[in-house]
Amino acid sequence: MNDYHGSAAGPSSGSGDGSAPRRNSKRPKYSKFTQQELPACKPILTPRWVISVLTLVGVVFVPIGVASLMASNNVVEIVDRYDAKCIPGNMSSDKVGYIQDDTIDKSCIRTLTVPKDMDQPIYVYYQLDNFYQNHRRYVKSRNDAQLRDSEQADKTSGCDPEKNARDGSPIVPCGLIAWSLFNDTYSFALSGKILTVNKKDISWKSDRDHKFGKDVFPRNFQNGTLKGGATLNPNIPLSDQEDLIVWMRTAALPTFRKLYGRIEQDLKANDTITVTLKNNYNTYSFNGKKKLVLSTSSWLGGKNDFIGIAYLTVGGLCFFLATAFTVVYLVKPRKLGDPSYLSWNRNPSGH
Amino acid sequence: MARGRRRKLLWSKLYTFACGTSKFEADHSHIGGPGFSRVAFANEPDCFDAVNQNYGSNYVSTTKYTVATFFPKSLFEQFRRVANIYFLFTGCLSFTSLAPYSAISAILPLIVVIGATMVKEAIEDWRRYQQDIEVNNRKVKVHHGGGKFEYKEWKNLRVGDIVKVEKDKFFPADLVMLSSSFDDGICYVETMNLDGETNLKMKQALDVSSDLQSDSSFQNFRAIIKCEDPNASLYTFVGTMEYGDQQYPLSPQQLLLRDSKLRNTDYIYGVVVFTGHDTKVMQNAMNPPSKRSKIERKMDKLIYLLMGALVLISLIGSVIFGIATSEDIQDGKMKRWYLRPDDTKNTFDPKNADVAAILHFLTAMILYSYFIPISLYVSIEIVKVLQTIFINQDIQMYHEESDKPAHARTSNLNEELGQVDTVLSDKTGTLTCNSMEFIKCSIAGTPYGHGVTEVERAMARRKGSPLLEDEQPDENHEHPKPTIKGFNFDDERIMNGNWVNEPRSDIIRMFFRLLAICHTAIPEVDEDTGKISYEAESPDEAAFVIAAREIGFEFYQRTQTNISIRELDPVSGERVQKTYKLLNVLEFNSSRKRMSVIVQDEEGKLLLLSKGADSVMFERLAREGRNFEAKTKEQMHEYADAGLRTLVLAYRELDEEEYKKFNINFMDAKNSIDADREEKIEEAADSIERNLVLLGATAVEDKLQNGVPECIDKLAQAGIKIWVLTGDKMETAINIGFASSLLRQGMKQIIITLEEPEIIRLEKEGNKEAIAKASKDSVMSQINKGKGLLSSSNDGSFALIIDGKSLAYALKDDVKNLFLQLAVGCASVICCRSSPKQKALVTRLVKAGTGKVTLAIGDGANDVGMLQEADIGVGISGAEGMQAVMASDVAISQFRFLERLLLVHGHWCYRRISSMICYFFYKNLTFGVTIFLYEAYTSFSGQPAYNDWFMSFYNVFFTSLPVIAMGVFDQDVSPRLCLKFPMLYQEGVQNALFNWPRIIGWMFNGVCNGVMVFFFCTTALQHQAFRKGGEVVDFEILGATMYSCVVWVVNCQLALSISYFTIIQHIVIWGSIVVWYLFLLAYGAITPTISTSAFMVFIEGMAPSLSYWITTLFVVIATLIPYIVYSTLQMQFFPMYHNMIQWMRFDGHANDPEYCQVVRQRSVRPTTVGVSARIDAKVNQLARKVHHAVHSP
Repeated sequence: MNDYHGSAAGPSSGSGDGSAPRRNSKRPKYSKFTQQELPACKPILTPRWVISVLTLVGVVFVPIGVASLMASNNVVEIVDRYDAKCIPGNMSSDKVGYIQDDTIDKSCIRTLTVPKDMDQPIYVYYQLDNFYQNHRRYVKSRNDAQLRDSEQADKTSGCDPEKNARDGSPIVPCGLIAWSLFNDTYSFALSGKILTVNKKDISWKSDRDHKFGKDVFPRNFQNGTLKGGATLNPNIPLSDQEDLIVWMRTAALPTFRKLYGRIEQDLKANDTITVTLKNNYNTYSFNGKKKLVLSTSSWLGGKNDFIGIAYLTVGGLCFFLATAFTVVYLVKPRKLGDPSYLSWNRNPSGH
Repeated sequence: MARGRRRKLLWSKLYTFACGTSKFEADHSHIGGPGFSRVAFANEPDCFDAVNQNYGSNYVSTTKYTVATFFPKSLFEQFRRVANIYFLFTGCLSFTSLAPYSAISAILPLIVVIGATMVKEAIEDWRRYQQDIEVNNRKVKVHHGGGKFEYKEWKNLRVGDIVKVEKDKFFPADLVMLSSSFDDGICYVETMNLDGETNLKMKQALDVSSDLQSDSSFQNFRAIIKCEDPNASLYTFVGTMEYGDQQYPLSPQQLLLRDSKLRNTDYIYGVVVFTGHDTKVMQNAMNPPSKRSKIERKMDKLIYLLMGALVLISLIGSVIFGIATSEDIQDGKMKRWYLRPDDTKNTFDPKNADVAAILHFLTAMILYSYFIPISLYVSIEIVKVLQTIFINQDIQMYHEESDKPAHARTSNLNEELGQVDTVLSDKTGTLTCNSMEFIKCSIAGTPYGHGVTEVERAMARRKGSPLLEDEQPDENHEHPKPTIKGFNFDDERIMNGNWVNEPRSDIIRMFFRLLAICHTAIPEVDEDTGKISYEAESPDEAAFVIAAREIGFEFYQRTQTNISIRELDPVSGERVQKTYKLLNVLEFNSSRKRMSVIVQDEEGKLLLLSKGADSVMFERLAREGRNFEAKTKEQMHEYADAGLRTLVLAYRELDEEEYKKFNINFMDAKNSIDADREEKIEEAADSIERNLVLLGATAVEDKLQNGVPECIDKLAQAGIKIWVLTGDKMETAINIGFASSLLRQGMKQIIITLEEPEIIRLEKEGNKEAIAKASKDSVMSQINKGKGLLSSSNDGSFALIIDGKSLAYALKDDVKNLFLQLAVGCASVICCRSSPKQKALVTRLVKAGTGKVTLAIGDGANDVGMLQEADIGVGISGAEGMQAVMASDVAISQFRFLERLLLVHGHWCYRRISSMICYFFYKNLTFGVTIFLYEAYTSFSGQPAYNDWFMSFYNVFFTSLPVIAMGVFDQDVSPRLCLKFPMLYQEGVQNALFNWPRIIGWMFNGVCNGVMVFFFCTTALQHQAFRKGGEVVDFEILGATMYSCVVWVVNCQLALSISYFTIIQHIVIWGSIVVWYLFLLAYGAITPTISTSAFMVFIEGMAPSLSYWITTLFVVIATLIPYIVYSTLQMQFFPMYHNMIQWMRFDGHANDPEYCQVVRQRSVRPTTVGVSARIDAKVNQLARKVHHAVHSP
């Protein structure tokens, strides 16, 4: 084709000046880029390629799956739901009334049995359910500037309705998140001996260093008519109020755990732990569950079989597909360029 | 000297038919009435009455906007896009407290999008404005009073001005001609820009004014011209001129139209009657339409669909939100007390849950705006501009001789180039290079001339004959001298005076004598070199005279009565001068299809020399004049098959008596003033043009542009239908049809014409209604007959040929669908004698009637309407006129580049844009679905899953470049293979890559991917600790993880769906993922005042956590595996055409000719048009002959 155009243009110009370079010619400059001729690899999904890729995925995924599953299985987790059980029988018909009655002592004792040996550190979590920490109204109801900087204490925009105390002075920390701070407390004892819970460093370091000021102290907190959750010690700077910091890192989903502390002591199988807890927090209004969780951790984190199973499933599936494709490839090789597959050959249109 | 001689010629005396004096006809009685109200005060444009008329100025504007209207109008255009309205709406809302994220990130993209498009519009309009300025400031000589003419800009002309237009200049407005440099007031005009016809037309001034031949004679000239109102009809004009107390009728014969050109005449004087937009040519012009491609229009529908989906999910969300909110306070007790539902403003107020729900609906509309890819418009604009650059830069669409590369003038229609179903082509200057070459002849039954026509060349090439390659260098060798324009004849038997040695030299001499005498050309002698050139009415005529000159019969002088030629005397071997007395010219017209002259030679012998179409000539031969009739016919047949236009040459000696009788008759007829004057003339002419003696036939090549037959062949193989719309005569059009392989022997021709005796008779009677009715009936019945023919035979292909008159009726509302059905059933359609408006109407009919994409290609101003009407207008930029190019969407310099433009660039662009749009929706849906699902987990409160700036940058930094790279660089199939397998083009025509199943498929893929990403992420990273340190996943980390997965998935998906990886693709795809991590690092390192929830999230939270990486790996692979499996299966078992070509290339079979042939043949529909089809037909014919021969005894 191209040869033809070249040769046809040649003789017809006749006068022979066609070859002479023209000044100011509009001839496009030749380059591989402008002519769209850059060297390129043009991969297509050949059976060989697909089979090898699927096999490779299988080969990689199955071991990862096995490892993840093992890691998850090695984690020992004790979960104890106590929201219903910590309500005295006579109050079980009016849980909300019970929890909102300040005059009743909310102490409650739970006994947990350690199923397997647990190596320290053992993480203590509380788990809430059906609690929308990710609700838009809730998430926005804070003021980061105020938390960080003592001089910006009166920056309370976005904190409605927990913005100002009755006298108009700003609440620090303001907003719904801080106001609804979780206030159940746990203390643990192993065969009568107190298990200390280390509550230091349970929050992200960046939060302590950069988001919560060392010189910002709680002011006017929980002074309103309606009390939310926990109160804060006004003499401890926010950066050291780790429960608050953990709480204010809002959860992504309505079911979430938050770190309460660490037990830095190994536990043996069949040990019995007595937990004395103060059941203060109202989850009864919105039918939320409360759970206490003790868990060790692996390189992958806590107990969750999903990743392991998922890896194994996908790995297995890939092996299966690779085999299936191989069989198809061997049994029914593709007819090269079989045009009967073309849609417009099947129902020819026009003449 | 030449001028002096020519001025003495009174051409009007020679011509018989064309310039009869016009008479007062019925139409003239309307003058002054409604529709005929225009009055021009010649030479008094300033007089009170003239100023009162208040006719528009001669300023012509073709711009879309003015400075004042630009903003409102272009903004209006912008907001015709429903997506833009939506984004304006959400942009406004985002300034309220309803916005889920910051206002600036919502409104900025819209401003950028609209701004960019408006700037583009402004630049395009500015270019048009520049063009206007150039035209409006051209200068023309205008009478200034006192017999003095001075130059004045065109735009300042007024109705009534007297202008003087000089040779080869354009007329600045519609003029009534007063006089010319010729004594009898004739002039020649070239109307190429109006109707595409290249032959010159003669116009004549009224006798009364034709003596006003000098500037000074206009000093006291006064006349009043009354005529019809401005209208679009190029061929009619009704008016009167009051001059010296008398009224004279004016006809189209006196009207010189703007944009036509004065030729062969030194100057003319004329009165301006129509100016500016009132001129006929401007009345024919339509407003430049803003064209949008089919894909873009479909995209709008897609956006409606998505918007519907968006409203739906917003609605669902707000209902659920409303319920959840209303339940927050029950019996005065707070349910979700941590939200303080007792103390809220209306957004979350349980007491007014319905208001809250409505407000939430608005919030949701903003939040889910990621379903509607706003950046799609910008990205598409960018991609299209880059695509145009590639089209402009294509070195294979650069034409060396005219130094013109291809130029895509609007970038809107790139992908439409890949979907063209019908090409509507102009003929002159588009298919042909508008030059005639004398190439062969048959004299006394002997064929002469070795020239190879473009068509033969194309056929030889297709057959792969080696003959051609051998011949070409040979030819070059024999032609050391520069080629002569119009002459490509080569035969040593008659060249260089060798003809005298031929057996029938007497006939050869007569043959060339006839060519040298029987014409109306004027010789022009170059005084320095003595060389003679000719000015002829049509290029064919010039070719004949040149041929005669080259063989040795040099026509060198014409006077009023004589024609002088120099010829070789076979006896003495010397060149002798011969002068013939020119007695009568019986000129050519389309019904006579022949031209004759009667001359008397030096010996007093009377000769009738005649040339004409075979259909009329053979029946006029005398019995004894038919010696070589059979052979001549056979050779003419061959010539026609080689795409040449043929004429039969014959002569006859008249005796004195007979001539005298004829002359009396003829003069009578000529001088008669009856209505049937022309009929009488024709009758007289007919009586003498009988008993002719056949000399032979000529074959002239209406030279096709280089590569036109191949190009048409390729286009036909690609399944593109080609229609030719031309202003030319039917014969010419049919010839070109043959030459370009649109027609061939054996194709059944359905000819629709009104040249029927019945109609002609009615026309004579002049009853307009009767004519119209009869014509319409006739056209209807012809169409129905054609349709019957079409349906009765299922083999064989048909060609439809229709002339302009019939077309006028065929395009009437109640006929046009019938006509379209017939036309669509035919393999080729040729419309001849069609006016610019008709061309546009036909284009509209095809466009609207078939709903397919039409492409119009043309080079003249007469094609402008068609170019604007078609989905895509392609202008040929070779010719001098720029109107077509200015009105076109793409300009190329040669017709053959259309092949590459459509099959390669068109296909690519179509594929790129459609993949790009699909992918765009896919990636936005993937992203949008994760947002939506997350919403469901926040009780639809409108909390976005991601940080504000993650969201804003999704379409800007992390996913845009790869998709733009795909839109600009992706190639499914290399150009070589695109051209090798033209059928691939059907993917675009049948819209295989952007049909609803495919779009929905991609959307489904997007939804699936979004769902998978969301659930995999949330399940893997639930509430348990996600790393060794016991930390749990919070809002920020989940969002960033999910976002990482989305970025990975959509980019890897893109990598899977493109088929062309250059270094650029690698950089942008993998680069985008890297950029995401870099952004995360950088953004996370900024103080939390700015980065808020993203602060340190990657470096502290995610990066050290193995489960983040393991989750990402899993999600990406697991999400993509379904697609891989799907496309493997599709590739394996249901390959599309491009897949098959990819396979072949991959298997290395692409260079195996036998193999390619198998694939191609088995997948190509039998084509009915083009060189290949012609060869097939020939082979079949041969086979049948052989078959016949074998079976007959």
